[in-house]
This record gives sequence, structure tokens and C-alpha cells, in this order.
Amino acid sequence: MTILKHELRRGRNPLLIWGGVIAFLLAVCVFLFPEMKKQMGEINEVFSSMGSFTAAFGMDKLNFGSLEGYYAIECGNVLGLGGAFFAALCAAGMLCKEEKERTAEFLLTHPVSRTRVLTEKLAALLLQVTALNAAIYAVALGSMVLVGEEIPWRAFNLMHLAYFLLQLELACVCFGVSAFLRKGSAGVGLGIAALLYVTNLIANITESARFLKHLTPFGYCDGAEIVSDGSLNGGKLAVGLGFALLGLAAAYWYYPRKDICA
Amino acid sequence: MDAIKTEKLTKYYGKARGIEDLDLTVEQGEFFGFIGPNGAGKSTTIRTLLGLIAPTGGRAEVLGRAVGKEKEAILREIGYLPAEAVFWSGMKVKEILKLSAELRGRDCAAEARRLCERLELDPNRKVEELSFGNRKKVGIVCALQSEPKLLILDEPTGGLDPLMQRAFFDILRERNRQGTTVFLSSHVLSEVQRNCSRAAVIRAGRIIACDSVEALAQTNAKRVSFRGSAELSDLPGIRDLRTEGESVSFLYTGELNALLGRLAAGKLRDLSLTEPDLEEIFLHYYEKGGEAE
Repeated sequence: MTILKHELRRGRNPLLIWGGVIAFLLAVCVFLFPEMKKQMGEINEVFSSMGSFTAAFGMDKLNFGSLEGYYAIECGNVLGLGGAFFAALCAAGMLCKEEKERTAEFLLTHPVSRTRVLTEKLAALLLQVTALNAAIYAVALGSMVLVGEEIPWRAFNLMHLAYFLLQLELACVCFGVSAFLRKGSAGVGLGIAALLYVTNLIANITESARFLKHLTPFGYCDGAEIVSDGSLNGGKLAVGLGFALLGLAAAYWYYPRKDICA
Repeated sequence: MDAIKTEKLTKYYGKARGIEDLDLTVEQGEFFGFIGPNGAGKSTTIRTLLGLIAPTGGRAEVLGRAVGKEKEAILREIGYLPAEAVFWSGMKVKEILKLSAELRGRDCAAEARRLCERLELDPNRKVEELSFGNRKKVGIVCALQSEPKLLILDEPTGGLDPLMQRAFFDILRERNRQGTTVFLSSHVLSEVQRNCSRAAVIRAGRIIACDSVEALAQTNAKRVSFRGSAELSDLPGIRDLRTEGESVSFLYTGELNALLGRLAAGKLRDLSLTEPDLEEIFLHYYEKGGEAE
């Protein structure tokens, strides 16, 4: 547990900053909803007539005048992207930062197996992602209560669950990538998250690229689908779970045999 | 049981040579010096013994355990001081020491306190505020506080002032007397000469000499220094000739009578014949690849 506690201490400030910013933006969006609702007619008309942009963000299938429709789009942008960036950044640096900051020599010359290092760092990563989501869930819920709107419980819970799973998948994939890196990890993490986000936008716009929604975790976070189906897409989740396990397997296979440079 | 034993230990980084067919034995309780120029393979050897890198060939044992297979058990008995001690910023010295002890599953608070006092290290300072020398002290306390059976020290005195170097070697000698094996990798030959009973010289990834420090230092070469003039141009056995004005100095391995004849024929105002210091002998090993005189 020593490495786990150490990692949680080191990750405390980034967690507070990312969690604070995402929760703040999400709360602002919710507080804006009553004002938006008054202009519902005009807004729906505007958002449904923006061509590819409308399709890219799923605004052709959602009622922007309802809290669940509004939240699905805002949540997708703020929590989806913000949470994905946090998880990817955190995970991509988790293993390689010791080499980058040249602390690997200190850590790995103590009697701890590489597998233990991996396991405790992974636990710290998953705990941080969980803490971020729990805090954001609480703030978003509190904001809805404060604006006096009826809470669309099922859609709200499913959306937060979907984004939580997205972050876990991204975290596991980037954790695997981190085992192979030695130096820069921020660009790799942000790059992977951005690539998967854009992949989902392309899949939304282009019929022939629709299959890409199965490859990107943003595919099972589609607010329109979640609201209309009342459930998460099991097939896409299964593919996501596969990618996550692949990332973890790569980390557990490679890191114990990796040559640690000074 | 040997503290360290390697047989044909080899490490290549891609095509680049790290160490090659390295055979080395360090007995338990020894104060052993490991000497070589930059890039000779000292750090590669140490990193292989610590399990940070995997060997390309050969085998190594530390305290009777196979390196690679029993890594945690080996590391439990080793205290390691890297050439450059780097820690996580934002942490205090005492937090680093506690973390190191916890990673070993030990409570080393009392020993850490004693070592901090002897090395004049303030445990309440943040590590990023420390000078290179003080960071080195943190590394020293981390390596020593668990009272390991084997100490592996890579360039340990870099950054330490002479008083601290003395305090540090006092501690090492005490530990050695109590049975701790000390493996000291160093460029500073005088500290090897003062402290080590045996030493190995590594050059281009291979051990080129391994013996007691006295035997390694034994040579028939003499350092000859004089002021004045003498005809030495075709005299065989002269090495490392340095001339500065009227002062002439060189290492001589030739016939002594021939030298004295030449000097007697010249005009000398001053003459000294001394044993060369260890530094000079090892420079010879580094340059020539180790053919002992």
C-alpha cells in the first residue's frame, strides 16, 4: 500500500484541479438550463439546422429543451472530453514518469516487485478516476436540485456511468502505453483521448464510418442513444472492455522486463 | 558464500557494448573498489546486479541468490547509493526516508535519526531546496538506514565536502567492521586506496585487473623528477614525460644504472625518485588496457 498512498498523495493536486474545473463547468451548464428552456423553440431550431455539426454532436436526435437532452449534449462535451483528458493524462504518465523524473532508480532498487509497482499504481489510477467521477456526480446532482428541475434519474445515472467506464477504458489503454514510454507522456495521453473523440465525431457524421463507434469509447457514451434506449450498448462496452484488458495485459507483460534507464 | 559473483556477465544495448564476459567475485565482508573511466561499464554492472536492466548473457549472483530470479530477496539485503540521488519534489527529507523504510517494510526511524545527526542533514527540509551534496546525504541515509548486508555505492562522494567525506567513510568503515560488504564504484582512486582491501579495474566493458589494492599498486616504475638538464632522448623505459622550464618529470621502467649514467652526465640541481601514486598506475591501466608493468 506504500506506493498506492504515495501515488495518491502525488496525484492530489491534479485531481483537485481537474475535478474542480470539470465540476464547475458542468454546474454552470446546469444553472444555465432554466434560461435555455425559456428559449427552447428557437434553440432547437438553431441546433437542428447546423448540418454535419448537428449530427456530430447528436443534436439531431435530442430535445435540447428537456434537461436530459440538454445534459446529454453538455455532459458529452464537458465531462466526456474533460474526464477523458484527465484519465488519459494521468494514466499515460503513471509508469513512465518515474523514468522521466529519474526517480525510477530510487523506487525500483527497493525490495518491491515490478508487478507490485504496477498493481499499486493501477489501483491509484483507478481510485483517482473514481474520486473524480464521484465528486462530479455529486456536484451535477446538487446543481440540478438547486435549479429546481426534476432529475431524469435513469438517463443521468447511465450517462455518468458511461463516462466513468469511458475513463476507465482510456486509463487502462494509456496505462499500457505508459509502460513502453520513457519520456514525454502528456502529448501521447492527450493525443489518444483527442483521437478517440474525433473518431466518434467522424462516425456520427459519416454513415460509412459508423462502425468506428465500436472502436472508440465515446461510442457507448452517445447521449442520444442512452436517452432513447434507456441502457448502455453492451456490444460496444464489450469491445471497450477488450481494449482495457489489452492495455493492462501489455503493461503487465512488458513493464516487469523493461530495462530501466537512468 | 560470495557477496557478488558474476560469470561471463554481458550486457549489450542494441549493438552498443555495455559489459562483456565480466567475471567478478566480491567476498562477504570485503571493502571492494570498482574503478574505471567513464563509459567503461561500471554503472551497467551495478544496474544489472540491482535488476534494473536484464543481462544479455552470463549470470550473476548476489549473496548467493540469482539476479533476476530472486530480485526482491536480493534488494532486501542491499543498500544502494546512486551517483546522482533524485527524489520526488515537494517531499521533505524525513518523508523520503520514511517512504524508503516503508518500501523495505521496516521501521528505520532511530537509525535514520542517528545518520542524519552524523551527516548534519536536516530532515525537515524539502528535497528540492537541497544542494547536490545534501541530496547525496539523503541518498546515503536511505542506503544505510536499513543496515543492509551489502552496500553498493556509485560515485558516493560527489558533492560532499571533505569533512562530510570523512564522516561518510568513518560510517562505512564501522559498517564494514560489523560485517557489511561494501562495493565502492569510484573515479577517486585515493579513496579506493585508502579504504578498499581489493579492487577491480574495468575498461571497455571488461575487467582488466582484479587484485588487492597493494598488488595493483605494485610496479617497478619510479617517478623521476629533477631540475636542470640531462640527455634522455633515446633512453628506453620513459613514460609520461612532463617538462616545464627546467623541471622534468617522468615515469621510468628501464634500467636504473643507465638512467643514473645519463643523469650524472647532465647538470642537475635537484633530483627525486619516488613510488608513483595509484592515480598514475590506474591511468596507465585506462590508457594501455592493463598490461601490468
